[in-house]
Amino acid sequence: MGSSRSSLSLVPDGQQLLQETGFSAAHLLRLHERFRFLDKHGRGHLRSEDLEAELSLNPIGDRIVGAFFQPGQEAVDFPSFVRVLAHFRPMEKNRTCAAVQPERANSRNRKLKFAFQLYDRDRDGKISRTELLQVLREMLGLQVTEEQLQSIAERGIQEADLDRDDAICFDEFRKSLEKVNIDQKMSVRFLE
Amino acid sequence: MTFSCTKRALAVLITCTLLSLPYGCNGEAPHKPNAGATILPPNKPDNGPQAYPDDVPSNLPVFSMDYPRIQIPFEITLWMLLASFAKIGFHVYHKITIWVPESCLLISIGLIVGAIMHSVHEEPPAVLSSNVFFLYMLPPIVLDSGYFMPTRPFFENVGTVLWFAVVGTLWNSIGIGMSLFAICHIEAFGVQDINLQENLLFAAIISAVDPVAVLNVFEDISVNEQLYIVVFGECFFNDAVTVVLYSMFTFVAEMEVVEPEDVFLGVARFFVVGLGGMGFGVLFGFVAAFTTRFTSKVREIEPLFIFMFSYLAYLVAELFAISSIMAIVCCALTMKYYVEENVSQRSCTTIRHVVKMLGSISETLIFFFLGVVTITTEHEWNWGYILFTLLFTFLWRGLGVLVLTQIINPFRTIPFNMKDQFGLAYGGLRGAISFALAFTLPDSIGRKQLFVTATIAVILFTVFLQGISIRPLIEFINVRRTNRDIETINVEIHSRLMEHTMAGIEDLCGQWSHFYWKDKFMKFNNRILRRVLIRDNRAESSIVALYKKLELQNAMEILDTVSGDISAAPSLVSLQEEKKESAKPKKTFMTEDLKNMHKLLSKNMYKIRQRTVAFTSKHALPNDNQPREILMRRHASIRRSLSTGSFQSTIPKSQKYFSLPSGQSLGSKYPSVRQSYADDHETMSEVAYPTRRSRFNQPKRSSSGAMMPLHRLGTLKEVPSTDVLNESQSGSFSKDHGKPRTGSSYRDSRSPTHRRHFDPPVDNNNSPADDLRNEDEAEEEQERRRQHREALRPPPSWAAEPGDDMPRNPLLRRPQWNPKN
Repeated sequence: MGSSRSSLSLVPDGQQLLQETGFSAAHLLRLHERFRFLDKHGRGHLRSEDLEAELSLNPIGDRIVGAFFQPGQEAVDFPSFVRVLAHFRPMEKNRTCAAVQPERANSRNRKLKFAFQLYDRDRDGKISRTELLQVLREMLGLQVTEEQLQSIAERGIQEADLDRDDAICFDEFRKSLEKVNIDQKMSVRFLE
Repeated sequence: MTFSCTKRALAVLITCTLLSLPYGCNGEAPHKPNAGATILPPNKPDNGPQAYPDDVPSNLPVFSMDYPRIQIPFEITLWMLLASFAKIGFHVYHKITIWVPESCLLISIGLIVGAIMHSVHEEPPAVLSSNVFFLYMLPPIVLDSGYFMPTRPFFENVGTVLWFAVVGTLWNSIGIGMSLFAICHIEAFGVQDINLQENLLFAAIISAVDPVAVLNVFEDISVNEQLYIVVFGECFFNDAVTVVLYSMFTFVAEMEVVEPEDVFLGVARFFVVGLGGMGFGVLFGFVAAFTTRFTSKVREIEPLFIFMFSYLAYLVAELFAISSIMAIVCCALTMKYYVEENVSQRSCTTIRHVVKMLGSISETLIFFFLGVVTITTEHEWNWGYILFTLLFTFLWRGLGVLVLTQIINPFRTIPFNMKDQFGLAYGGLRGAISFALAFTLPDSIGRKQLFVTATIAVILFTVFLQGISIRPLIEFINVRRTNRDIETINVEIHSRLMEHTMAGIEDLCGQWSHFYWKDKFMKFNNRILRRVLIRDNRAESSIVALYKKLELQNAMEILDTVSGDISAAPSLVSLQEEKKESAKPKKTFMTEDLKNMHKLLSKNMYKIRQRTVAFTSKHALPNDNQPREILMRRHASIRRSLSTGSFQSTIPKSQKYFSLPSGQSLGSKYPSVRQSYADDHETMSEVAYPTRRSRFNQPKRSSSGAMMPLHRLGTLKEVPSTDVLNESQSGSFSKDHGKPRTGSSYRDSRSPTHRRHFDPPVDNNNSPADDLRNEDEAEEEQERRRQHREALRPPPSWAAEPGDDMPRNPLLRRPQWNPKN
């Protein structure tokens, strides 16, 4: 552990990130290596092109990339990179002092919020029908016709939209997924 | 109820005694191959067992009996009937089946029958000889389990499953074998002549887990998916290990000395067995899938291919002495996905039904015979050995689960907690496979009877004790449950989004886990496999399938409330299509409802394949609305003939978004190229999709008024699906002008608003006035009906009248859709 601790100093904000995100030092180091690998030009930050190169085959790749960047931001540095990835850590079993600590990055709520933001690109706090439709179109793409997409989006809105505003707000989103094991679906086992 | 119980018991007893009769006749009737084949009465030799003497009878025998000829099939049938009666009998008092698993009940009945047979000194049929069991009775069970295995959780947990199956079984076998060998040295038990190899062999037999009863309990109480799938999968894959160990130890038991190279060969053999089994299975699966691509003209024998290929996979694996269970499971897994797309709905249902039926009857018979044979074989009882066997079985299983879980938990996204581990350990029942393997032990093993007795003891003990107690225990310790009611579109969509996200995140992090492989496989699947193996390759995503299913359910609910008599609906079929027979009275009321239904079904939903079945009950088919599905097909075919939605199938996108230029009919656009999303052949292929497109045409067309001149109907060149009637298409179009209006599905609540918006836009376009009038009339009619229907029962998911801030007018809504023209 000694070596990793010393090399942890190479990681910007290493100690703080350890606490904030709950990653272990080994995780952070590995992610840092990965960050440097992605950062092909050695700029110290990533731009969306770097990320998109990895996600070119993913149907919602551009949305995922978009999630890393705050609005108006053009570059993401390592701490932000790690903070976003921290959402995907598996949840811990025992949250003894959950009430005391600020909400962890990988809590169910934050995971859901991340997913919500993948839909809600204009960040108005609601998933409108168009946004849902766009996501559906990206995911289903060539397999279905436009009308079917419309119908599916329609049905999706109807099922979830409780306050009849024809859009899904975050609470409705969360409610529609209340029975789903989000931890399982949105966790990645990070390698060391 | 008690009366019927005793009646059934009586029936069972009578059947048993009847069964014993033939046995009495056995010894006296030599098998006469040509007994029934002789021609001339005077020359006829003995007809019955002891009915006639050897000399030629003088007259034509009026009544003769020839039992030996039919003996074998007759007995088989009687045994099957007996076992099935027992099954019926259990459900008379249905609380029994909750507390006592069916396997226990069957064994008990078998014990009774065995006792009866023993008392009349009859031998049970040699069902459990190696050949009959392994070639005839085992494959259906395995096919049943393999075909209905929930694939998604399986592949997500495949590592764990293999780990437990392979390593777990090894651990168990070696552990039990060693410890039994250790106690063999104790003189008091008198089993010193059993050497190490024989002990190991016995241990290999005993460690074959067969959790049939447990799976039923798990399903009933909906334990979490992970636990279920690990227990489920383990019992298949440990077959590979068991086979290898069994053959290895059998071989070795007859040798005097064990060389190290034999161990090495054993390992090599294991890989051959396991991977070979999988390879054969997958190969046959692909061949079967490929064959079904061409069976569209021979629908009647489609199910046959499935069964023949699976069985062939099994037999070929047996030929090469590799794991036949794995072969057949892999075959079923591979085949199912593609076959269910190629095969007609009826064949699909047939396949499922028959697979379930065969599996069920096979299982029943096996447990039944377990009971029978228990009584009738000679036993060699040895208290020490048997008790220690029981003890070690439990011990090593528990230890094994504990240790293995500790090792594999770090690799799992959802680790197993202690309760899951308990469920795993306790769920390790032994069953039929151990039984059969014990019976097929070579006779050269000195203590074969002891082994057989010990195996039976372990099986009975685990099945009865653990089988009965597992349910209360699992409920008591409150194992994590799963919720199966997650069938909303939202969940499906969001889950898919999350999967893509996870795959993306994994890509970003540069690490691969099952999301990545799953993604890769799906791409490979879509690009290559589906093209080759599926007849009309319209990739239907699970979201769409689920959506269709949900819509269908809604439609069915509406149907149920509106017309209590679904059977009256086919009269409409005959009315519209055949026009010849109309056996049932036609109610005008039904016509209206049928039209409503057409509205609902304009999305052509009857080609629903349930591909995302998470759980299937061991004793019931996955919710199979077969009569409804068939009904839907017929209705859908009417709908296609009546509904103008069908002819919209080839309306190019551009039409949807712009009002029709004056004077131009949409017919002139036929059959123009559909843009972007759909493949060309999609419009011509199976009717799964066409009328769906009408849904969103609805608002457009209504807004553009009656832009649908009727003459256009005749130009439809829709290629019907192979088994849908199309004779009346052109004829009945003119019948129903109102159809164009009814394309919209659940947006009934909105159609009223549509109407209101119509009048202004209609005036803008040049529409044939009469059409408009017709449409309006039809529309009014529909309004009334719709409101009537709405009053009856607001459909849950559609009743949401969207807020008025969102303009319902399709004209206004159009720009949002961003047509990719």
